[in-house]
Amino acid sequence: MQPIISIRNVSKTYKGGFTALKSVDLEINRGEIFALLGPNGAGKTTLISIICGIVNPSGGEIIADGHNILTEQRLARKKIGLVPQELHTDAFERVIDTVRFSRGLFGFPRDEAKIEEILRKLSLWEKRNEKIMALSGGMKRRVMIAKALAHEPKILFLDEPSAGVDVELRRDMWEMVRALRESGVTIILTTHYIEEAEEMADRVGVISKGELVLVDEKNSLMKKLGKKQLTLDLQTPLAAIPAGLGDYALELADEGRKLIYSFDTQADDTGIAMLLRRLNEQGVDFKDLNTEQSSLEDIFVSLVSARP
Amino acid sequence: MLTTSLYFIVFGSAMGGRMMEVGGVSYGAFIVPGLVMLSILTESVSNASFGIYMPRWAGTIYELLSAPVSAIEAVAGYVGAAATKSLVIGLVTLATARLFVDYEIQHPLWALAFLVLTCVSFCLLGFLIGVLADSFERLQIVPVMVIMPLTFLGGTFYSLSMLPEFWQKVILFNPIVYLISGFRWSFYGVADVDVGISIAAIIGFLVVCFLAVWWIFKTGYRLKN
Repeated sequence: MQPIISIRNVSKTYKGGFTALKSVDLEINRGEIFALLGPNGAGKTTLISIICGIVNPSGGEIIADGHNILTEQRLARKKIGLVPQELHTDAFERVIDTVRFSRGLFGFPRDEAKIEEILRKLSLWEKRNEKIMALSGGMKRRVMIAKALAHEPKILFLDEPSAGVDVELRRDMWEMVRALRESGVTIILTTHYIEEAEEMADRVGVISKGELVLVDEKNSLMKKLGKKQLTLDLQTPLAAIPAGLGDYALELADEGRKLIYSFDTQADDTGIAMLLRRLNEQGVDFKDLNTEQSSLEDIFVSLVSARP
Repeated sequence: MLTTSLYFIVFGSAMGGRMMEVGGVSYGAFIVPGLVMLSILTESVSNASFGIYMPRWAGTIYELLSAPVSAIEAVAGYVGAAATKSLVIGLVTLATARLFVDYEIQHPLWALAFLVLTCVSFCLLGFLIGVLADSFERLQIVPVMVIMPLTFLGGTFYSLSMLPEFWQKVILFNPIVYLISGFRWSFYGVADVDVGISIAAIIGFLVVCFLAVWWIFKTGYRLKN
């Protein structure tokens, strides 16, 4: 299937000489939820801003739904909606007016039924006549989303959608994002909350220091890079790992009270059975054991920290 | 309107009656074109600069920059709105002046042309100021420190012929002189400088401002970074 967004060799160097993006290549598939992860200053917002036309690229080419964002600006931009990270709103406007304005700004005719549908979907209908300044932070975030959806975009960018949002609203937002995807909208989100990407994304891209470090299916990424750990709560604390267990990937934690074994879930033999036998032989007793899989956050941290 | 009324009460009715005619026109009527210019120049610059500075300051400019709107359309929207407001203020000022002094307009179409050209060109200037300013204080520098003094010194309340010969030459470096002189000519048929030069000056100013604003949108200077 042809990607809905093709980013080829895109770079950005700001006036002061700071290079925010270094020759980024990326393709976003139609109808997917793509999560762009990266630490502060990695280039996530710069990349989104370039695609949306807010920042000029220094080089490269971007095609959005078949249209070059620079040479076919008008056609490309009609397809794109953006919910920026900051809550930029016209404080004195009424909710319904600002959403109507957004639809008109993108060249769409007035459609009260559509505006009502969007506001109801975002639980904003009851607040439609209130001024934005009177809304809570979470409600303002919903207004930003309503504005971005007012022109029925095929591609929706959510830049840190959960920033400053409480847990309940975050869950609601995830539901809404899934519903949008079901309706055919391609969603690209940047986030600091790994939980968010883990919960929603089909694919994950990790960006660090302006370079795309990795792009992969979320599940495949977790299988490939995800480690599983077996933690044993020892009866008697150990001062050091017994010499006879040196060939296992073991480490001590909690002042010798825990023994941690990392293993590959994809391997034919995880080595757990043999380890437990060897522990018995060595006279190392344990009172409890549990296993846990590394999260996307662990994977992200290891990828970013491994970069020079 | 209140400010304009105060000007006419003080300079038109109270003092104007005791002053000589200027170029065959009563003093109260003489200052009408200058006061209209004073009001639309300051309003045009303030409205247009505030109009673009606010979305930059509040961050809502992102929506315009990401919308399928060309540079020309964006400028037409911002400058057109500010210029329309200035034009209405100019017409209201003229109507208010009629309550205090009698005046006539010999060339109404030229008067309208001067008003429209001045509103548009100074709204373009205001737009430039709004794009370049990086604080509310700096936004006010040009209207208060440049436009207002130049308008007062540009012949709003006097004819250039009243100045000593040396200052008559120096004052020609003030671009507002050409606007007020041309606008006053459309009222009474008398001007301090040739009306052709006035028209050329305002059109030249408009073209320069338009090209600067167009370049800003084209390159995204101070908007897209």
